[in-house]
Amino acid sequence: MPSDVIISGRARDGGAENTTAPSALPLYAATVQAGFPSPADDYLEGALDLNEHLIPRPAATFFLRVTGESMTGAGIHSGDLLIVDRSCHPGDGDIVIAVVDGELTVKRLYRRRGRIRLLAENPRYQPIDINTGQDLHVWGVVIHAIHSFV
Amino acid sequence: MFALVDVNNFYASCERLFEPRLEGVAVVVLSNNDGCIIARSQEAKDLGIPMGEPVHKVKDVLRRERVRVYSSNYALYGDLSGRVVSVLKRFTPYLEVYSIDESFLDLGGFTDPAAHSHDIKDTVLRWTGLPVSVGVGATKTLAKAANRIAKKDPALGGVFIMPDDPDEVLGNLNTDAIWGIGRRLAARLDRIGITTALDLKNADSKFIRARFSVVVERTVLELRGTPCLALEMTVPAQKGIMVSRGFSRRVTDYRDIEAAVATYASRAAEKLRRQGLSTNKMTISLRTSPFSPAPERYANAAGFVFPEATSDTTHMIKAARHCLKKIYKPGLPYQKAGVFLDALEDTRRIQRGLFPPPGVDPDKSRALMKAVDRINADWGRNTVRFAVTGMQRSWAMKQNRKSPCYTTRWQDLKQVGG
Repeated sequence: MPSDVIISGRARDGGAENTTAPSALPLYAATVQAGFPSPADDYLEGALDLNEHLIPRPAATFFLRVTGESMTGAGIHSGDLLIVDRSCHPGDGDIVIAVVDGELTVKRLYRRRGRIRLLAENPRYQPIDINTGQDLHVWGVVIHAIHSFV
Repeated sequence: MFALVDVNNFYASCERLFEPRLEGVAVVVLSNNDGCIIARSQEAKDLGIPMGEPVHKVKDVLRRERVRVYSSNYALYGDLSGRVVSVLKRFTPYLEVYSIDESFLDLGGFTDPAAHSHDIKDTVLRWTGLPVSVGVGATKTLAKAANRIAKKDPALGGVFIMPDDPDEVLGNLNTDAIWGIGRRLAARLDRIGITTALDLKNADSKFIRARFSVVVERTVLELRGTPCLALEMTVPAQKGIMVSRGFSRRVTDYRDIEAAVATYASRAAEKLRRQGLSTNKMTISLRTSPFSPAPERYANAAGFVFPEATSDTTHMIKAARHCLKKIYKPGLPYQKAGVFLDALEDTRRIQRGLFPPPGVDPDKSRALMKAVDRINADWGRNTVRFAVTGMQRSWAMKQNRKSPCYTTRWQDLKQVGG
């Protein structure tokens, strides 16, 4: 019986008893008794992991869901998934989650020459001015938005 | 040098994280079944709402003061607790998770414990949104006392380092403020003139050992700065798994109780599999309220030993029904049932019997359970379950005021205005 696993490298002739049984092992770990190993074996790196790519600090990262159209100009649409990192320091130009009137809202942070504003990215929405002496509570910094097309 | 890091009003703070409106508002969290108050925000404490109080006794003050009341949301608390621990681990690998909201850290080797503690506190707050207090001392007992002081006095900014000579501080603490000294023990100590933590520190340790116990003697030594309790960094292997819940109302019907017990058994089996364990023995317990009149007062338990260690839900449910039949008495108003699994072992090291029990194919069983766990992980708990666990679930725990599982369920994500 030939094995279901495709083995890199050349299997020995008449390899019924030499082929490795089907298993859940990744391909590169299936070494053959004899023959030459694939030259690629030394270069295998494992699958790409989106979590690792999108979430550098899992302990500080939260997912939030957008409702509303105020940030469409920044490519953030209603229903999109936001990846928010609380460990990032919010700076001018960052897209942030801010607390306004006890509610969480996503806006672009404007912070120049002592002036703090929350900007929408849609001409139909007004910017929110943070008056002098007033505190702006930034909940986290949006590091990615995930928009689904299906 | 030890630090105890403790989240302030943990459950209430978790609820606040995703509901900024709750900032500055009194919040309480209820026990399973919404029975008693098990957590309070500082504002709720200030209103004098006692810990552990049955809700119906404080209904008036809750309404009058517009206290926000939540059912306990352990999925949320557990997730946030894990985040706090992983932030703490960035500071030192020498850490003991003492409870869901407390960890001991070994601060040995850090030159400036005060600066370090503030850094820990600020980082946990920024990363997780949860406020913590840090107490530092030469022993775990002193660190715990320091933490209590850090929490009590807002002027300290959440950090208190026990001074090298702690006598003045300990003189201001009653013995029952010390770790391991309960109210009853404190009363006994008081009777022989030991009132403050300082009295206890200065007591003759041999006498304390003879009069009380070696445990209290250890506390005396720890108060003197001699570490007797080391960090327990390895989680001791779990001895047993318990799933036990009260019913939302009294339940009499056999079918309802069977459904409840089967559900608990499924849940216990899931817990077992998640830890790669199998069980050799199951115990089912069932009782009516201990306060019910004598003819209705009833409690009993029955056990079952598996022919071979298992983590298969089908085996659990079969065994649970077998046990339940032995202890169920018709006509009684049952209040609580439980499933307990013990004699646990690593599934990979199970001793296979010489004669495997008939009808048990371990490979098939494992594949089925894997598929079930997978589906439930992807689609939410109980997407796939056994029919015997019931469809109506009128007995299920009452949790009318639970917040969404913001961090563990896709459909529960917090909505932000855009």
